[in-house]
Amino acid sequence: MRIWRTPVLWLAVLLALTLGMDGLEPLFRLIQPDTQSVIYQRETFLFLLGNHVLLVLISATIGTFAAVAGGIFATRPSGRDFLPLVSQIASIGQTFPPVAVLALAVPVLGFGEGPTLVALVLYGLLPVLRNTLAGLDGIDPAVTEAARGMGMSARQVLFQVEIPLAGRVILAGIRTSVTINIATAAIGSTIGARTLGDPVIAGLVNGNTAYVLQGALLIGLLALMTDSLFEALEKLWARRLAPTVSPA
Amino acid sequence: MIELKNVTRRFGQTVAVDHIDLTVETGEVCVLVGSSGCGKSTTLRMINRLLPASSGEILVDGEDVTGMDLQRLRLNMGYAIQGTGLFPHWSVARNIALVPRLLKWPKERIDARVTELLQMLEMDPASFADKYPQQLSGGQAQRVGVARALAADPNILLMDEPFGALDAITRENLQLEMLRLQRQLKKTTVFVTHDIDEALRLATRIAVMDQGRIVQHDTPENILRRPASDFVENLVGKQDRGLKLMALRPVRDLMTPHDKPRPAEPGADGLKEDDSLRLALSVMLWQDLRQVAVFDHQGNETGVLLRERLIEGGV
Ligand SMILES: Nc1ncnc2c1ncn2[C@@H]1O[C@H](COP(=O)(O)OP(=O)(O)OP(=O)(O)O)[C@@H](O)[C@H]1O
Ligand SMILES: [Mg+2]
Repeated sequence: MRIWRTPVLWLAVLLALTLGMDGLEPLFRLIQPDTQSVIYQRETFLFLLGNHVLLVLISATIGTFAAVAGGIFATRPSGRDFLPLVSQIASIGQTFPPVAVLALAVPVLGFGEGPTLVALVLYGLLPVLRNTLAGLDGIDPAVTEAARGMGMSARQVLFQVEIPLAGRVILAGIRTSVTINIATAAIGSTIGARTLGDPVIAGLVNGNTAYVLQGALLIGLLALMTDSLFEALEKLWARRLAPTVSPA
Repeated sequence: MIELKNVTRRFGQTVAVDHIDLTVETGEVCVLVGSSGCGKSTTLRMINRLLPASSGEILVDGEDVTGMDLQRLRLNMGYAIQGTGLFPHWSVARNIALVPRLLKWPKERIDARVTELLQMLEMDPASFADKYPQQLSGGQAQRVGVARALAADPNILLMDEPFGALDAITRENLQLEMLRLQRQLKKTTVFVTHDIDEALRLATRIAVMDQGRIVQHDTPENILRRPASDFVENLVGKQDRGLKLMALRPVRDLMTPHDKPRPAEPGADGLKEDDSLRLALSVMLWQDLRQVAVFDHQGNETGVLLRERLIEGGV
């Protein structure tokens, strides 16, 4: 299908570069002529990419479930009392820079993948939570009133009406969350998580611009690929569940 | 039958509905009228328990609603609201099919029912079934809202300003459709409006509400002839009550019938038996006629209406 073309294209470029970075050695040699090693060698790029993606994937999954569940809870009659608190957390949390979240995680959880994961979950939660609240809140109250009044159960209203209608906004929140976390995970390298941030850090420490470029290039491509993937998902969602214009 | 006994609903300090008693007989259209904020919608929402009553009892066919299974109660009550509340992510057909699907009707039966309802409301199933609510005009959307409420043939209809926010002509058309449907279907209906003319036209009995109380509950004619208070009198319009009364009665009541219906001459002009006396008066005044021919549905001339008769007996 046409909507998948862009993400697949980015994925292809990303994989080609990950596996074939050595092929670009002459190019990097131009940038860094005096150094012996111009291609980052401590780990394979594939390993770093895999680890990076895994960290983002795990944190996004946990964060999304927690945030969507929290957002749904806070908008139910039984959870309404918590709504102001939850939405405050969601908006204040956004003003926290990711580096600060990481820095705070270290003293509590030490170095490595663990604290990075925790930071990613916490940080990724917030955009999803905010959008879940906004999406559910943005539904015309007449629609949910009619749904309940016609005899749908609370579950049916949630899954057949509210989630489909709020889904696109929630999906946009997940998109923001994942995109931010791809960058945040790279910063995780500073506290010992092995990600595509490694070559960037190593390059900065050793004054090797080629390393920095390699890491940055792959992180950028990963972010682009993910972003276009979500764009395709949003389009698909809109087409399937909330068509606004005449179905083409 | 719906009975409200001494029902009250408070929202914090405000008393939205204040100790009301109301009985809606089976097959009757009870219209709740009153100014904005007088508690009409709240009353309606208590009947299907979208809101619980603070005190008092609500019985549907003799059974207290608080004890009933919520889904069972609501699936048997069509509900149409002003905002239509159509699901924007569902097609017209699927919106209408909501309750039949909840009741797990077989697919063929649902499809047949949707087609039937669209036809009944004069919307071409072929062109409307697959449209989405955003693609409908206000009047079409409200028709679909009414169709959805009727879909599973509930015994009871609750309608909260289903024709609100429409232009006068579309509104009148939907009211006439509603009257026509009601003659066929005889649903026990509670209908909310703040338009007194709509109330007079549709109601078997009108309940006039003011600040959470029912100040008069009576037939349209009695509301007009014997308003219980100044409030009701002002609501129905002191001065043009005569015309409003004439609007309630059909030409049939006052016409002088022929011995035998006559086939109409081609191009003959006149009134229909179902037209209101008010319309008859208007026609006579405008065309300066002393009498007008009256036709039945088949187009036969069944009698004439005389101007003197109308003026003497119209109110
Ligand atoms: N959920 C609610 N919370 C607090 N107050 C409410 C709520 N619903 C209604 N009210 C109050 O109860 C009173 C009656 O409201 P209701 O909606 O029944 O009026 P209405 O007669 O339907 O008016 P309208 O013609 O404007 O629709 C109003 O004063 C309103 O402010
Ligand atoms: Mg109302």
